[in-house]
Amino acid sequence: MPIMNDTIQFNVGEHRLALEKALKMAPQDIVMEIRDAGLKGRGGAGFPTGTKWLLALSAVAEKKFVVCNADEGEPGTFKDRVLLDEYTNLVIDGMVIGGYAIQANEGILYLRGEYKYLLSKLEKFLKEKRENNQLGNNILGSGFDFDIKIRLGSGAYVCGEETALIESLEGHRGEARNRPPFPVNTGFMGYPTIVNNVETFASAAIIISKGADWFRKIGISKSYGTKLVSISGDCKKPGVYEVPFGISIRDLLKMVEAEDAKAVQVGGASGQCVPESQFDRKISFEDLSTGGSVMIFNKSRDMLHILRNFMEFFVEESCGQCSPCRIGNKKLLEGVELIEHGKCSYTYLNELLELGKSMQLASKCGLGQSSPNPFISILTNFENEVFSTR
Amino acid sequence: MIKDKFSRSPVSQQPHIIKTDDKGGIGSIVEVEINGRKIQVQMGTTILEACKQNNIHIPTLCYHEDLCLAGLCRICVVEIEGMRTLQASCTYPITNRMKILTSSEKVRKARRHILDLLLSEHYGECYVCHRNGNCELQALAKEYGVDGFRFGHITERRHKVDRSSYSVIRDMDKCVLCKRCVRTCIDLQEVGVLEATHRGYDTTISTFYDKPLADVICINCGQCINRCPTAALRANDPSDEIWEAIDNPQKHVVIQTAPSPRASIGEEFGLPAGTSMTKQLNTALRWIGFDRVFDTNFTADLTIMEEGTELLNRLKSKLVDGDTNIKLPQFTSCSPGWVKYIEHFYPDYLDYLSSCKSPQQMFGALIKTFYAQEHNIAPEDIVTVALMPCSAKKFECNRPEMNSSGFKDVDYGLTTREMAQMIKEAGINLPDLEGSTFDEPFGDASGAGLIFGATGGVMEAALRTVYEIVTGREVPFKNLEITPCRGFEGVRQASVRLEGTLPEWKFLEGIDLNFMIAHGTANAKKVMEALARGELENIHFVEIMACPGGCIGGGGQPIPTSPEIRKKRAEAIYSEDRNLEVRKSHKNPHIKYIYDKFLIDGPCGHISHKLLHTHYVKRGKFIA
Repeated sequence: MPIMNDTIQFNVGEHRLALEKALKMAPQDIVMEIRDAGLKGRGGAGFPTGTKWLLALSAVAEKKFVVCNADEGEPGTFKDRVLLDEYTNLVIDGMVIGGYAIQANEGILYLRGEYKYLLSKLEKFLKEKRENNQLGNNILGSGFDFDIKIRLGSGAYVCGEETALIESLEGHRGEARNRPPFPVNTGFMGYPTIVNNVETFASAAIIISKGADWFRKIGISKSYGTKLVSISGDCKKPGVYEVPFGISIRDLLKMVEAEDAKAVQVGGASGQCVPESQFDRKISFEDLSTGGSVMIFNKSRDMLHILRNFMEFFVEESCGQCSPCRIGNKKLLEGVELIEHGKCSYTYLNELLELGKSMQLASKCGLGQSSPNPFISILTNFENEVFSTR
Repeated sequence: MIKDKFSRSPVSQQPHIIKTDDKGGIGSIVEVEINGRKIQVQMGTTILEACKQNNIHIPTLCYHEDLCLAGLCRICVVEIEGMRTLQASCTYPITNRMKILTSSEKVRKARRHILDLLLSEHYGECYVCHRNGNCELQALAKEYGVDGFRFGHITERRHKVDRSSYSVIRDMDKCVLCKRCVRTCIDLQEVGVLEATHRGYDTTISTFYDKPLADVICINCGQCINRCPTAALRANDPSDEIWEAIDNPQKHVVIQTAPSPRASIGEEFGLPAGTSMTKQLNTALRWIGFDRVFDTNFTADLTIMEEGTELLNRLKSKLVDGDTNIKLPQFTSCSPGWVKYIEHFYPDYLDYLSSCKSPQQMFGALIKTFYAQEHNIAPEDIVTVALMPCSAKKFECNRPEMNSSGFKDVDYGLTTREMAQMIKEAGINLPDLEGSTFDEPFGDASGAGLIFGATGGVMEAALRTVYEIVTGREVPFKNLEITPCRGFEGVRQASVRLEGTLPEWKFLEGIDLNFMIAHGTANAKKVMEALARGELENIHFVEIMACPGGCIGGGGQPIPTSPEIRKKRAEAIYSEDRNLEVRKSHKNPHIKYIYDKFLIDGPCGHISHKLLHTHYVKRGKFIA
């Protein structure tokens, strides 16, 4: 399955020259180019990639690492799979460029366990790249060495969190680390490490290929470039789309021919549930941030059922390390069950909403900090529906 | 910290860049504002540490002074101005100017929520709990005025209590998943029996394949118990059986008390750490109903005689006879946690261990033989109890080989905590009591036996005797205080030169007696790895204690524990030694008596071999 209408960035021009171009630049110039482009992490958190790379470049260490986070686990996200499958070169070149930019010689692609079927294809591709001297020692005669190995995840959602991913790479339980220190200083095996999403690396290659100025013309202020969104649910044309930042939910729905939508879950299970009244909100880091997941629900769907599904997911996928996330999600799920049975008082519901806010504030990593989002947004935005039908 | 002008990502995830005016690296001073107060701290200090230094209280649960940082209970969260999320103060290092609020609305609400969540999952009622009155969760509930279960409370057990071990009982229904035990076992002790298994809400602390503790490579050190904030881990308490024996007029119940519990039991009665209760304890034990109260230091002195002789024998065999089968260095064997550790982890090196039993087991064997004969009591009617700072002693006394008297040499190992409980139950307030002395025929022991309780003590005691045997002179240290043996450094090494030796020991003339001391099995591991690499060729004697700090930090000692508390307990022991008349094992008149009357073929002789020495089991890591 290709990207639908991938004509803005992903399929224009000759990105194949990006690597060659990058290796002729100074590492700090690459970092500045990425920084000038205003590229932000495509995994969802939106941390400025240039800043991350700059910190890793300035870290002094005998070794550095580049990690590609291909543990695409957010429910409703499947754009990285497409990138890995059909735009492999862009991703791999992006990793090499990242490696060159921070002066690392080793890259690791952390592949989601469920994407194991891609492994042989990716390995074959890496082999070809090595044969073409685009990977390995003295890449394209530049004197720069860089190689990539692939490691498989084992199906834990939390390993998409960068520090948990690193723990997993080191052979430990997938549990988020304390920060500071950050991976750019103390990452994989204690060495400076950049962990970036698949799409971030691809975008970095595009930026090097086309230039920061070109990139900044796409999208809206503060959210430059395009975003790959994987749209699923109640629509006629689900799939992976390339859209410029700033597109409204309403336009998205029109694009995929979704009629009768009453709610759109943006950003996956940990994202926001947007009701019809807010369909003019825009996909951007400032408004509706997403790692790629857009799920459409039409008027036949029961929002409480959807919420229950999300909360069951979080109870199962919390790593269980910190108390707010481990027990809190369970209490929120039990709350949903109480509502289902018409046994949840408003007092207790308010108690749970407050608990959700504390979880957002006090959890150790992004998982627990965002897991109450669907609980809060669905029960706030769809309060009437949820309570009038029970 | 710089805030990237484009970024909306949480500030907590933004990189720290130390501004030029703050620069100077770790060790330089940073000014922060905590609750509106300007405070200067060293760069790199955690927020929790900074607050402690300034008497600002922050509640903690997963934090422990002895352990690496986890930051996972989240009870210690604080608000930092400009950050979206709250930060765990125990792990957050201060590297730049910041404004911190330790008790803002957000902080108070979050802490209370976390506490309510933990309580909802915590099974049981406080008044039927071993840790009632000394539980960190209970203390937090009190601190936050919890008067109900906001998010419910589980009423059904989810885990079976694991009572398989002689030493440690695990009740995972009381566990709050702070992972202190995991960090203790993996990082502090490097044993690695406990680890979190399963995920999310199903997370639990478990053993290899969830096997009973008795079947895994647990060394019974009980350090996990000392660091458990609740009653999820506790020692296997034999006090009911002991009461039964006391109440039975047919039974002659004797107790031996080790020096470490005497230096710490006062803590259970509200006294500051480092208050010695030796004499008062004797009185309390008699009031409780023990028929005789003996001092374990007597057999500690005996251990020195036996182990010192064994060392000299090994040296002679090696240096004079050139026997290549003799293993040196000789390792001490009085710490049962260490013995089980080496049996599991270094089973090929058991020949290096001294064959001496621990003082506890020597005493048991003597009570049911020598004492029984002298006082004409049938050994089967004697019940021997050992008051120890140790949970591993419970396992040790149940080893099948520990019956050289023909009976179970020591019937029960009792911890300091359990003893305090028995004393309280008997209606006795220990600090109020008049002191009294130990019973004959073993009487009061030497200071050498006493200092066994602190790390380095066995070495110091042994040197006091060995040096004098070999040279006929006192060990050349002021007040007999062999300072290189003292302190809390993990692995210590020193030497004493043997000069002016007596004719019998001429082969040792001019030799540097090299010794090492390690405490905590993580340090023991370092020593063993060095041995395996062949780096201990020149070392003659190694003292190893399984617990950090030695016996004073044992798994049966009062909770809490910390480096500071252990230091004070050690000071109590050393100062008691300083004030004793007899401070060398071989000068203890009771020791002379027993070699004259009972162990007539002398140290390491035939009788002593039968009663006072033992053998070890190659356990390895293979689990049944």
